[in-house]
Amino acid sequence: MKNIYLDNAATTRPAPEVVEAMLPYLGELFGNPSSKYYGVGQITRAAVQKARQQVGRLIGVNNISDNPDDPYEIYFTSGGTESDNWALKGAVMCKSKKHIITSAFEHHAVLETAEMLEKSLGCNVCAKQTACEVTILPVDSTGLVNPDDLRKALRDETAIVSIMHANNEIGTIQPIKELAAITHERGALFHTDAVQTVGKIPVDVNDLGVDLLSMSGHKFHGPKGIGALYIRKGTRLDPFLNGGGQERALRAGTHNVAGIVGMGVACELAMKNMEAEAKRERALVETLWQGLSDRIPKIHRNGHPEIRLPGTLNVRFEGAEGEAILMYMDMMGVQVSSGSACSTGDIKPSHVLLAIGVKQEEAHGSIRFSLSHDTTAEDIQYVIDTMPKQLDMIRQMSVTWKG
Amino acid sequence: MNTYSDKVMDHFQNPRNVGEVENADGVGEVGNPTCGDMMRISIRVKENRIDEIKFKTLGCGAAIATSSMTTELAKGKTIDEAMQITRASVAEALDGLPPEKMHCSNLAADGLHAAINDYRKKHGAGE
Repeated sequence: MKNIYLDNAATTRPAPEVVEAMLPYLGELFGNPSSKYYGVGQITRAAVQKARQQVGRLIGVNNISDNPDDPYEIYFTSGGTESDNWALKGAVMCKSKKHIITSAFEHHAVLETAEMLEKSLGCNVCAKQTACEVTILPVDSTGLVNPDDLRKALRDETAIVSIMHANNEIGTIQPIKELAAITHERGALFHTDAVQTVGKIPVDVNDLGVDLLSMSGHKFHGPKGIGALYIRKGTRLDPFLNGGGQERALRAGTHNVAGIVGMGVACELAMKNMEAEAKRERALVETLWQGLSDRIPKIHRNGHPEIRLPGTLNVRFEGAEGEAILMYMDMMGVQVSSGSACSTGDIKPSHVLLAIGVKQEEAHGSIRFSLSHDTTAEDIQYVIDTMPKQLDMIRQMSVTWKG
Repeated sequence: MNTYSDKVMDHFQNPRNVGEVENADGVGEVGNPTCGDMMRISIRVKENRIDEIKFKTLGCGAAIATSSMTTELAKGKTIDEAMQITRASVAEALDGLPPEKMHCSNLAADGLHAAINDYRKKHGAGE
């Protein structure tokens, strides 16, 4: 039985080098990085700092010193969701500016956090302050935010603008550099959720001009449960977890040393392979789309045809439902996702597809293929060979298919 | 743990009675594509019994499995007996469904009832 995993936007297989690098820190190298006055603590303390440098280098932060006591801009978190929560909450809680701007195609980690801040009355200390106001910018049919919409939405009391770098479902890449510049003209902070781009396309925080950037280890062959938030020097952000003073007292909690080490190695691998890998995946995605659209009638591509992640393809199939397609492909040993894996517990169609103007009945019939370093040309050929038959079977059963 | 029971997977992988009964005595259509689930059940009735029953479904794994199971439960039953088949009994026959699938995707019993009502209307039996 084939096992072809094409759901790499959900998670990726940790690279063997990553797992190998982590193992000692799950065993004999167990010291607490905060125990800086004896050997085993100093070893893990140095390992965390080395990983911080590796993570920094991947996103253009090259000035992190070997000394963990020196200031830095990379803060380890438990993953993309925590980083997103921290960026938004940290930027508005206990602050006088209470307006948030985001977009309709963000990940739930941003949208739900914004919604929570809209409803909540703030923290105990400043309970008198009113809840945040949230403006959700629309996206066009390819998934792009219009910079003019942002310009119009910005106010003097805008605290933060959060726009995803590339979308997890359709892969469209936003003009972050331009959006960040517009935001700064009005004195607000700019955050981007770069969980889908870091490790896949070049990301440079200085070139993009962002103040805050979320990333997640397991999206590029690192381990789960580890991520980071880039916080530009001078950015005023409230602590996310209070406690033992870790991460410059902004994100307390004993370090996930093995996870941090693994993420560091994943960053180094990504840097080495990125250019060739992006080119290879882009070509495979085109082969996949050509192969499927030549053989299966009435299918459409969702998202932007050019300005997109190299390894993501989102396809809408008329007269078929996504979960059924997913399950019949799984029977053939191919794992894909329908809409977004995050919405599989939900029966509503993807908010991202609805945001780009896909109709509800069409959104239900959409499938995401997401490739990785592990995907081969043979894998793609196998999908091209097997999918038409599965689709035909589903459509023959379908009440809306008029073939 | 699998999301779906073995029975659901069996009916999904090998759906029974797919298609449309030609010159059907009753047809029932329920759901709509906006919800993602829509099905059509067609029946032939002989001597007050469901002699032939087929389905066509647009929908998820649960929608296909419940359609298939409904046709199996109804086949050979009198139309009064078939009216006793409910969403709950279909779900039970499949060893249960995930909670989020109990509503939208479990429409086939309604489709069966609609087909029977259509048959009764056409044959002057009332409801």
